[in-house]
Amino acid sequence: MIAKIHITFKNGVLDPQGKAVHHALKDLGYNEVSEIQMGKYIELKLDGVSQENAENRVTEMCEKLFANTVIESYRFTLETSE
Amino acid sequence: MKCGVVVFPGSNCDHDCFHILKYVFKLDTEWIWHKGDVDLSRFDLILLPGGYSYGDYLRAGAIAQFSSVMKEIIRFANSGRMVLGICNGFQVLVESGLLPGALKQNHTQKFICKTVAIRAENVSTPFSSECVEKSVLDIPIAHHQGSYFIGSVGLQKLVDNQQVVFRYCGPEGEVTDQYNPNGSVDNIAGIVNEKKNVMGLMPHPERCADPAWPNLDGQIIFKSMIESLQRGVLL
Repeated sequence: MIAKIHITFKNGVLDPQGKAVHHALKDLGYNEVSEIQMGKYIELKLDGVSQENAENRVTEMCEKLFANTVIESYRFTLETSE
Repeated sequence: MKCGVVVFPGSNCDHDCFHILKYVFKLDTEWIWHKGDVDLSRFDLILLPGGYSYGDYLRAGAIAQFSSVMKEIIRFANSGRMVLGICNGFQVLVESGLLPGALKQNHTQKFICKTVAIRAENVSTPFSSECVEKSVLDIPIAHHQGSYFIGSVGLQKLVDNQQVVFRYCGPEGEVTDQYNPNGSVDNIAGIVNEKKNVMGLMPHPERCADPAWPNLDGQIIFKSMIESLQRGVLL
């Protein structure tokens, strides 16, 4: 099973990197972009776990290590690997 | 009085801290390696130095919080003994939950290396007892992830409990946005935990505490800790 995890800043936490990239996009003429969220992407390969178990384990990993929940939120999807 | 300086892979201010404790203040000081069997019972003060522990991978301090030495330092701190985290040490302390809040990338998106003014906000802590209230110290900062963040509820709690020890300020002690180098909430440069035996700060007092250097403002923080330990004011 593959877990695909996205970590971004929580609403209300300033993302200076996203802001800088947004400025660059505007300079390039992409004025339709109203917001940008930069973050981290992590992919995990999990062996020998059920879907439900994987969901709990990955949530735990995000809470404990991958995200700093003071400033970041996380979401993930689980996919069966072939 | 026995002091310990923790060494993580990637610590790079450990020698400066060790030098100030051992050779400037003549204290019995030992290195503490981050892994293996770590017994901290002989120490009175533990210092977490600046640097890039574990390469700052994931987030600054994120990996270090789970090292074997940190498990013991959490126990050491919870038993009421003194821990000081400087720069990356501060990042490790917030990641491990010994101090509230988080440290984010500077709002300028740049690494900042310069001497800044900080104002002593609470001089009743064991880390600041030798400071005069509202006095201004000039201490260098050198960081990329030093923007202190805490939510409004947490900030109120910090302020109410007088946990804010140092704030970035101007030369006359003006605490304004203009003198906030990294976008920290409420200009916060250093805080203590509720019990006031753990402090984290982004500025580097060890970089201005050797008499070979004209600026000695950092000494006052070391003197405060030593004085507090000698008086046995800790819990």
